[in-house]
Amino acid sequence: MTEVFVGLGSCGIAAGAREVYSTLQQELSRRKLPISVSATGCIGACHREPQIEVRTEDGLRFLYGELDSEKTLKVIEEHLVGGKPIEEYLIPEDYPYLAKQKKIVLANSGVINPESIDDYLAADGYKALGKAIKQMSPDEVIGEIKAAGLRGRGGAGFPTGLKWSLARANAGAKKYMVCNADEGDPGAFMDRSLLEGDPHAVLEGLAIGAYAIGADEGYIYVRAEYPLAIKRLELAISQAQERNLLGSHIMGSGFSFEIHVKEGAGAFVCGEETALMASIEGKRGMPSIRPPFPAERGLWGAPTNINNVETLGNVAPILRMGASAYAAIGTEKSKGTKVFALAGKIKHGGMIEVPMGITLREVIYEIGGGIQDDKKFKAVQLGGPSGGCIPESLLDVQVDYDSVTATGAIMGSGGMVVMDETTCMVDVARYFLSFTQSESCGKCTFCRMGTKRMLEILERITQGQGRMSDLEELEELALKVKQSSLCGLGQTAPNPVLTTLKYFRQEYVEHIQNKRCPALHCRELIRFRVNEEACTGCTLCAKVCPTQAATGQRKEAHRIDEALCIKCGLCFEACRFNAIEITTGVVASEVAAGTETAEVEA
Amino acid sequence: MDKGFNELLQHWKNQKGNVIPLLQKTQELRGFLEREDMEAIAEVTGKSPAEIYGVATFYAQFRFQPSGKHTLKVCHGTACHVNGADQLDLALKTELGIDPGQTTEDGEFSVERVACLGCCSLAPVVMLDQEVHGRLTGDKLKKVVRKVGTR
Repeated sequence: MTEVFVGLGSCGIAAGAREVYSTLQQELSRRKLPISVSATGCIGACHREPQIEVRTEDGLRFLYGELDSEKTLKVIEEHLVGGKPIEEYLIPEDYPYLAKQKKIVLANSGVINPESIDDYLAADGYKALGKAIKQMSPDEVIGEIKAAGLRGRGGAGFPTGLKWSLARANAGAKKYMVCNADEGDPGAFMDRSLLEGDPHAVLEGLAIGAYAIGADEGYIYVRAEYPLAIKRLELAISQAQERNLLGSHIMGSGFSFEIHVKEGAGAFVCGEETALMASIEGKRGMPSIRPPFPAERGLWGAPTNINNVETLGNVAPILRMGASAYAAIGTEKSKGTKVFALAGKIKHGGMIEVPMGITLREVIYEIGGGIQDDKKFKAVQLGGPSGGCIPESLLDVQVDYDSVTATGAIMGSGGMVVMDETTCMVDVARYFLSFTQSESCGKCTFCRMGTKRMLEILERITQGQGRMSDLEELEELALKVKQSSLCGLGQTAPNPVLTTLKYFRQEYVEHIQNKRCPALHCRELIRFRVNEEACTGCTLCAKVCPTQAATGQRKEAHRIDEALCIKCGLCFEACRFNAIEITTGVVASEVAAGTETAEVEA
Repeated sequence: MDKGFNELLQHWKNQKGNVIPLLQKTQELRGFLEREDMEAIAEVTGKSPAEIYGVATFYAQFRFQPSGKHTLKVCHGTACHVNGADQLDLALKTELGIDPGQTTEDGEFSVERVACLGCCSLAPVVMLDQEVHGRLTGDKLKKVVRKVGTR
């Protein structure tokens, strides 16, 4: 029977996939066609959402993108009934976005129905757990993970096998195995997609880990902002319990493991292990001093092991394919693949999984298709608020833990945000610091106060009030915040500032000395004006202007009153004749007087 | 004390790590957290009201005032930021007259800043109640607001 799968991840839903789904259901039942419609997770090419995949009886697959109700009806008519695929809507198999990827963790996402345990079982699901419990000792499981060279995908890259062996070595009748799904980095959605697209894979990894360290109880700590992921996890847990793949005496063995889903309540710092445990216990999510490490004294005082979602997603595939096959992928010190959320000013954004060792240039230009509107690349931001901005000159850097760290950024959990010439790097530093500053739990003085002072300096610079001495002060404060903070939040918070100072110092200097924002972004340093020659007097700018700053008679050139303009950009967006110009650096009257010529125009 | 809330308290009473789920379920029930409810939670969990209030104020999820009939969550994730999320705040300010964290006087709209909605490929995005609107401009957002609002 022909089957149709609709990508119903959060991105797809936001783009209108539910409408496509219901159109399919209604139309197929109206026509009484023997075709099944199922939901699947994120197919990955988020820039082509909503997507559906048609799978025919003879095993052919057709992936359609950017559908709406009307196009869906056409696909039903011409392809499902008429038997002729509509080339125009198809995403070709050699689409570079898909062709360059290597899917291990995301192998099932967008392929199986995440709400069906039978789909997961049909894809060799829970075989790795069975193999571990029945054929391997816990030490053998740990040995296999070590041999595979798996490192933590949450950001820091700590070897997973070593982490497990530390938790195993601690005696204690009660141990906990925890999955960290508190994906807080703004600009990252890998964990969400995996939980939505293949929840059983994470459960299986967690259960194998529990067997390895000797835990009988587990928690998955998920952000409350991910309601669909929570729903699918809870469903998957109950399905696995029914089949005796979780719960007591799993598969008839002596191993029992019970999993609880814990909803986070919105605190970025809870991504840190000790803070996460405090939050599960019902306290304020504040980090505590290590040692004792969670492996010694963790949740409710018991030895605890915490792994990130994507790390756990690698576990079952490693046991299935064998450590040596897995370790053959990647570089010497970074094995396997990494999932990235590719976003920002990129043509083809979405969820991607690439082998370690691929270069940033390949990711951005070959998979991502280059920069939106063919603008000029400026930087790529890796690792979110804990990471840094990597410039064009370093685009040939390999994607692996050590090479990325050497640039001053970090691999991070997988947010990869591309920035172009219209992105102001001082503003980016200010943006990340305002995030970490507001998310600082307040425990360590330098993180609480130091980030605040740094933010004030950055705000001053973006407003044209900066001093050259600010740059040294930023560097000095950055060092102190890094050195005197207890947890990763404070230790890495200065990274966006340090990397932009290192690679884009001239932009800071322009803001300070010339009161110019070269990217034409910082509101206090830009002005909007009408190019009277290009203006046709269509009155659109005057209509959208919320403050009556843009005025003029029909068919006559309009004007913008700078005193009234709040720089909301609505006129710039609205103008169809590119007659609204953004300028920076010098006052327009000075240009008119011929005293300045160094004006930059948008 | 009403029945629904009392059932909630009894259900979670003796479970470990019950403070945050209790606060979450209470907010689900009421729309926000009131002092009396937090005091009742303190009593069943054996903590002081100050501890409960301390936990509630630590996490961004909890509100202490009712929110508007419609909630606009403006995403300020990195991708949305570089694609103009600030302009969306400004558009809402000129349309509704309120800043993030505020509710309109008629109780119709609340505006919130959120760190990331995870729909980065559709940036910039705004979540209006349960629906995500992507690839917005200030003007498009105003139209979205006007469509649901009674103003």
